[in-house]
Amino acid sequence: MKKRISDSIRRVDAFDKAGGITKYISDMDFEDLQYGRLVRALRSHARIKSIKSPKLPDGYYFITKDDIPTGGKNEIQQISNDWPVFVKDEVLFYGETVGMLVGPDRQKILDLEDAISIEYEELEEAFSIDEGLALKSGKIYGEDNCYGDYHLNKGDVKKGFAEAVTVFEEEINTGYQEHVYMEPQGLVGYYENGKYVIIASSQCPFYIKKAISPVLNTDQDNIVIKQATTGGAFGGKEHFPDIIAAPLAVAVDVIRKPIQVVFDRKEDLSFTAKRHPSRGIFRTGLDAKGNIVAMDVDVTINAGAYMSCSNIVLQRAIFSINSVYDIANVHVHGRSVATNAFPSDAFRGFGAPQGLFLAEMHMSHIARNLGISPVEYKRRYFMKKGDTTITNGIMHDEVKLEEMLEKVYAAGSIEEKLAEYTPGSGRGIGISFYQHGAGFTGNGEQEIIKAKLKMLKHGDGNVEILLSNVEMGQGLQTTFPKIAAQVLEIPIEMISCDNPDTSKVPNSGPTVASRSLMVVGKLVERASRELKERWDEDEEVEVLVNYIHPEGCEWDQATLQGDAYPTYGWGVCAIEVEVDPATAEVETKGIWTAHDVGVAIDEMIVHGQVNGGVIQALGYGSLEKLDYKDGKFQQNTLADYIIPTSMDFPMMSSQLIENPYENGPFGAKGLGELVFDGGASAFADAVEYAIGKKVYKIPVTPEYIMEVKNRD
Amino acid sequence: MTEIAFVLNNKKISVEAEGATRLLDILREDLGLTAVKEGCGEGECGACSVLKDGLLVNSCMVPIGTVAGCSIETLEGLRNSDEGRCIIDAFADSGAVQCGFCTPGMVMASIALLRVNAHPTIDEIKVGLSGNLCRCTGYDMIIKGVQLASERGEGIW
Repeated sequence: MKKRISDSIRRVDAFDKAGGITKYISDMDFEDLQYGRLVRALRSHARIKSIKSPKLPDGYYFITKDDIPTGGKNEIQQISNDWPVFVKDEVLFYGETVGMLVGPDRQKILDLEDAISIEYEELEEAFSIDEGLALKSGKIYGEDNCYGDYHLNKGDVKKGFAEAVTVFEEEINTGYQEHVYMEPQGLVGYYENGKYVIIASSQCPFYIKKAISPVLNTDQDNIVIKQATTGGAFGGKEHFPDIIAAPLAVAVDVIRKPIQVVFDRKEDLSFTAKRHPSRGIFRTGLDAKGNIVAMDVDVTINAGAYMSCSNIVLQRAIFSINSVYDIANVHVHGRSVATNAFPSDAFRGFGAPQGLFLAEMHMSHIARNLGISPVEYKRRYFMKKGDTTITNGIMHDEVKLEEMLEKVYAAGSIEEKLAEYTPGSGRGIGISFYQHGAGFTGNGEQEIIKAKLKMLKHGDGNVEILLSNVEMGQGLQTTFPKIAAQVLEIPIEMISCDNPDTSKVPNSGPTVASRSLMVVGKLVERASRELKERWDEDEEVEVLVNYIHPEGCEWDQATLQGDAYPTYGWGVCAIEVEVDPATAEVETKGIWTAHDVGVAIDEMIVHGQVNGGVIQALGYGSLEKLDYKDGKFQQNTLADYIIPTSMDFPMMSSQLIENPYENGPFGAKGLGELVFDGGASAFADAVEYAIGKKVYKIPVTPEYIMEVKNRD
Repeated sequence: MTEIAFVLNNKKISVEAEGATRLLDILREDLGLTAVKEGCGEGECGACSVLKDGLLVNSCMVPIGTVAGCSIETLEGLRNSDEGRCIIDAFADSGAVQCGFCTPGMVMASIALLRVNAHPTIDEIKVGLSGNLCRCTGYDMIIKGVQLASERGEGIW
């Protein structure tokens, strides 16, 4: 009998990784390798008056904007091109790249770095969302410092407020979060056979190629990006490698030797992009029975000094601001605000964790004000198939939240515990509900990416899958071949899916947005079916497939109206905590989850994602305090930026609900981000229950709990 | 520079180095032992874990000068041993490996634990792995991997 696709197999990369055989970027050998180190402007807003470099010893270089090849641009081509390779004249954030020191000895480079002096004319700085909006440091972007400024309207919010008996207002905030991929950022560049080659620990090889082509003033065909096995990324290697690749490419153009840039941990924590901090100001109208009749939300995110992907993060944040609930009358105002902070960027969830945290806490707070259990109150508003989404699209999914909630309750004996623990007793249970639009927001897939994928059958019967999505821990080098093996009915050992090299693979798009398995995996399934039909056609058979957009999924990018996502993953997370009455330290006693990921392509891999995502979210909600002061991240070692260890949380219960999605391979939906979306609010909700007071921000640290407990 | 003699993976070797040079750099750069990873360089993450006279240490915190006369074991020396094979297989079968960057250190920590406690409880495993950070797995499957290795590896530690 054919095995179920969901039955777990051993990951193809596990053995070599566990044995330390797999080579990461810093493990690779190159002849005559040089080392590069970014030289940074250590001001948040200033004009550079002069840069003085000492006389460099032979073989050492200080690469600056003057080294950009003729006709090349001092701008990195991302979604926007505002982020320069090297500071133009005005420094806009602390740590912006001024140049790159390159040479054969790393210690010598550090000594030379100390000898470079930069003279500045200091300018006014704006760090917070409010300072950015008030143009405290002038116009960083446009006329109003808003990279994006959107309004969403569902129903009739005015009419809704007219029916309101009470209006409940509150502000909720989320903080920065650092990715802490265990392998820091790293790239190697060299020049070979007339081509610029960059080997990168990255999520999106084709993004790098596009980013540096205008800098080098060369055709993209002259640039080759090879992905190195990537030691974790979580969004932190989506766009940020572009920022390193651009000056590296300029250095390679000048020096023509292999150059390695690998950040040390302190540099990585201090000078890479983080998750956007966010603020939600809610004004919600309730009728006499406590029903929501209107909701008006103002959402702002701190985007920092350059645009990067902030507008798309903002879109996902505002599209998530009603969580899993169908609220009849809603207005949302969303803005991504330019400040002199380090540019914020992609991080697992991409705005959804912020929007969902704000939404879940607000709904819990309304319920608690009304004296109703948050779960009972939230259930009234569960989105159902056919309901209208916040962008006036249609919920095409069968929504199985009730079934999931039941499973979580049974696994955690939640009913009994809730009956036993009283609010304020020091023990509490928090429950969050969440959804994640799987795949790109809006028109990204059909209008921008247009994914292509190739499969080859060789003479010996072995099959090669050629695509640009990367293995970064989430298991794609196992799940893609597994899909093909299931269709082709051949052993998975006969199918390879190597780290992409842009000179060899078609562009199947970036490894982002929980799209890879669902969208590209579908292409693998389709290509495999075609290959199976044509198997005997010839010794070698090549199949090329293109993305097909699902029918009935319409979107208007100009108005942000329609089906923002083709489908959604769903989750329920329950957390039990005990808060120490003296120290306010929180012990997490239990974690129970249920997720609808369509169909699991491999249950063990899915449970691994659930476990890792939930724990990372619990770090976000409880431990990972990242302060930003005077333009600098205040925590820049792993001794003071605290991520979860094996001791911090109990082992968890993870259940899956099957709910096949017709446009995903074997019914699979995206899940890598979904599993991050509920941990923080469930934790905060549990703490609220335990201490009998409301919390308004994450991380919920013992210090913050003390503050809340002392509040009237 | 001084000559420092020690035992590396059961073979006597000597290196010429400044005494303050990190053991991590000697292993990775001079000796090419890249199973030893640098995750933080500050003794927090455990990716560079090795055994020094049988004890788990972060090689980024060990000056080579203090290694003279000691025995150092790295994953290169253990991955083909009964112990190494048992843990690597158990990790692979338990889903303990995702991005893999922390995994060599986790394997070393597991060997160090099982050598002194062949049948650890979950809490003892958690303590044994507490000096090694992982950002992908949430730890459950690594803990299960150690349990599985403990079950399978009767008498090998």
